[in-house]
Amino acid sequence: MVFCFTRSRVYLAVAALATLCATQPAGASDKPDPATDAKAFRNYFVKKFPNVKLEDFVNGPYALDQDMRRQWEEKEQFPPYEFSLEKGKEMFAKPFRNGKRYADCFPDQGIGIRQNYPHFDSNEGKVITLEVALNRCREANGEAPLSYVDDEMAALTAYMAFTSRGKPFDIKVPDDPRALEAYQNGKRYFYTRRGQLNFSCATCHVQNPGERMRAEVLAPALGILNAMPIYRSEWGGMATISRRFTTCNSQIRGVPLDPQDEDYRDLEYFLSYVSNGLPISGPGARP
Amino acid sequence: MSVIEAKLRISMFSLAAVLLIASPASVPAAGSETEFKVAYAAAEAADKEAGRLRNQWTVTAAALAAAKKAADKGDFDQAISAAKEAEALAKASIFQAASEKEAWKQLQIR
Repeated sequence: MVFCFTRSRVYLAVAALATLCATQPAGASDKPDPATDAKAFRNYFVKKFPNVKLEDFVNGPYALDQDMRRQWEEKEQFPPYEFSLEKGKEMFAKPFRNGKRYADCFPDQGIGIRQNYPHFDSNEGKVITLEVALNRCREANGEAPLSYVDDEMAALTAYMAFTSRGKPFDIKVPDDPRALEAYQNGKRYFYTRRGQLNFSCATCHVQNPGERMRAEVLAPALGILNAMPIYRSEWGGMATISRRFTTCNSQIRGVPLDPQDEDYRDLEYFLSYVSNGLPISGPGARP
Repeated sequence: MSVIEAKLRISMFSLAAVLLIASPASVPAAGSETEFKVAYAAAEAADKEAGRLRNQWTVTAAALAAAKKAADKGDFDQAISAAKEAEALAKASIFQAASEKEAWKQLQIR
């Protein structure tokens, strides 16, 4: 009986999906147009939340729910990410065994550059996120890479985000077919439904921001990465972008990809680009 | 032995024979290990295909694990049922991946 019920639910979901596909209007052009996308993306959220200031979207649910905002503002007096931030600062300054530092791997000694990541590397033809760049720096200096989902990576990116606070996202999609393809792949990933729950990223963060999913208020996709990494009270710890993406996939009952898989890197590229102009607010704190 | 007794013995014998012959058809047969292996292989193949499409579901993996656990305990009815569930889930994830190749475009902000 349980088996039949489960299967029935699956078939119902599939039938609903088929119905949805059949009733939607024809799609837009397949040719990537990042600038037009970003404009439409911003307009959608501004129109949906006319009382929210544009730069406030980076504060996620706190921009939409006044009670949560008051709690958050009090919490920011002693922010829960403070320990991670301190740890990241120490890690960033500590020399590797060969005497070099993280600062030697980045422009401007790695200070105030978070808003430029991810970027498209024309030599490699791929998207390079800050997390990937940090691990490449370690490996180039004889150090083992860090886990993309653990506290040390979160601490490093928290510190780098902190040095960029207030600087607007400035992601470039160069006139290179490979960059456009990466952007488009990220966009495809964002809107593609997956998992047994048949959710896409957009289901929560475009169609339902401000609504509750159990006790959580869903954040708008606009500005969602500006606050990363975040301290999640629910997890009792820090979340890198990698951890956030993989957990989202698991929550909708999809098997997550490996952290920093090319699809996730492209997703980060797309989501960051469409939030261009909004200030970096990380590290952030979320319920 | 009277005629009546003889008839009764014959009818009892007939009834026992009928029950014996009919029993495999009227009581569900226990699932065999061979049936389980076939069902599990089909489920694994479907899940592998979902993996090739980068669209596996966690519930499929859970159903496959449940099937294996039941088989290890010798409960092949349960093992076959779980394997078939896993196959159905994997096929649904394959369908989802195929339909989303184009369907995602309908959700985009324009």
